[in-house]
Amino acid sequence: VYQVFESVAKKYDVMNDSMTLGIHRVWKDILMHKMNPSPGTLLLDVAGGTGDIAFRFINYVRSARERQLQRKLKHHQNLSWQEISESYQEDKFKSLGDSQVVVCDINKEMLKVGKQKAQHLGYSEGLSWVLGNAEELPFDDDKFDVYTIAFGIRNVTRIDLALQEAYRVLKPGGRFLCLEFSHVSNPLLSRLYDLYSFQVIPVLGEVIAGDWKSYQYLVESIRRFPPQEELKAMIEDAGFLKVDYQNLNSGIVAIHSGFKL
Amino acid sequence: GRACLSHTEPRARDGRSGEEEEEEEEEGCYQLYPGHIPTSPLQKALLAAGSAFMALYDPYRHDMVAVLGETTGCLALPNLRDKMKHHPEGYRILQERPRIRLSTLDTAKLRGLPDGSLGREYIRFLEDNKVSPDTRMPPKFVDDEELAYVIQRYREVHDLMHTLLGMPTTILGEVVVKWFEAVQTGLPMCVLGAAFGPIHLSAQNLQLLATELAPWAIRSGRNASCILNVYYEQRWQQSVESLREEIGIFPPP
Repeated sequence: VYQVFESVAKKYDVMNDSMTLGIHRVWKDILMHKMNPSPGTLLLDVAGGTGDIAFRFINYVRSARERQLQRKLKHHQNLSWQEISESYQEDKFKSLGDSQVVVCDINKEMLKVGKQKAQHLGYSEGLSWVLGNAEELPFDDDKFDVYTIAFGIRNVTRIDLALQEAYRVLKPGGRFLCLEFSHVSNPLLSRLYDLYSFQVIPVLGEVIAGDWKSYQYLVESIRRFPPQEELKAMIEDAGFLKVDYQNLNSGIVAIHSGFKL
Repeated sequence: GRACLSHTEPRARDGRSGEEEEEEEEEGCYQLYPGHIPTSPLQKALLAAGSAFMALYDPYRHDMVAVLGETTGCLALPNLRDKMKHHPEGYRILQERPRIRLSTLDTAKLRGLPDGSLGREYIRFLEDNKVSPDTRMPPKFVDDEELAYVIQRYREVHDLMHTLLGMPTTILGEVVVKWFEAVQTGLPMCVLGAAFGPIHLSAQNLQLLATELAPWAIRSGRNASCILNVYYEQRWQQSVESLREEIGIFPPP
């Protein structure tokens, strides 16, 4: 799997857009809305490679923060000059409000691309990049408010270990969110989806990235991945409560959610 | 022959429908040579279109030119193979399957040959243009093992074409060779390359191509016998001039 992503890293984003016709962006936006992070949230994005989730998180909390500050300012209209100058010194006007996202990925190349993107797009505050393995995370227990893994969990050899690690590093009350390709139950759609996956995607891989085999692997790994209910059971086994899932596009993609309570 | 090699990652133990597994097995069973990726007609069509577009869009994607050749060569390749079969030297090449690779060539010996000999000029060409026969892509999408060799041979002989035609690896030089190859092989990829390659040329070069080089390449291509029927590896000592005459390539302008 490592070598697949080494060769895939640079063309990852282009391939995502081509394969999903840009829809993957919508899926990730939906994930972010479901998360609905408030400023001050500490997010761990695992297998987050090129930063898609991380950047969306920063944008989200930034605008949430702006709204928060605007409300505060309105409230401050009636303060005295003394009180206003004191509030400046409080240094509470951080644009992200102490929110932070840690992007963790097992692959150096993916992280490299992510860092370059961040620089190019102007993201610096509240963002850090860590090399690590989802099955053995380099973090202490009970650290994060939210754990996300978007299109990464199907590449993990021992999904159960990754889920256990997710449970470990989340704070009590923390939320687990997984965005992943899943199973389409509708038979007609399923056949169309299979046709597209097996016929078109490897061709796109060859033409765009010069790499048929990696994308053939991708399509096959999607088929091998546990369906919605099975994944739900696995998440429950790791100790999460209130586990549920939401199908997107009739099950082509699903968001699984669970809480450490 | 049919080798039942799996070219994919190890199969899953669960979670896949029987139908899909069958489809998988079918494709995996048809790997006819190392590097072969069996493709359905739909996939070939998509590959042909995609590679044609990408080759034009990004001329440095030589792999796309190769893929285009493989996916569109279904008529031309059998034709070439038959030409080889019916010619004594070509037949021998098909039997012995020689490969032109730096590891198999005795470059020191070739360099030692007299100037004007095929071997000496070929090495000179490789060194001047800083190319190597080892960078030729092995075929992936040709669904016949013998035809895969034919296209491989065509690719490896390409540099010798440059040598015989006296053309460098500039865009102009490549286009001229493509014109020659298009007439010689009938491969759609060569035809497309010859037709669209000039897009990237300057006006001056374009004129040179149109007035002198292309007509010469076409005439030579028509006049010459099949270039795949020459056992180049046994003719290093032969002078380039005499080989040109033998094949029927007119002297370059």
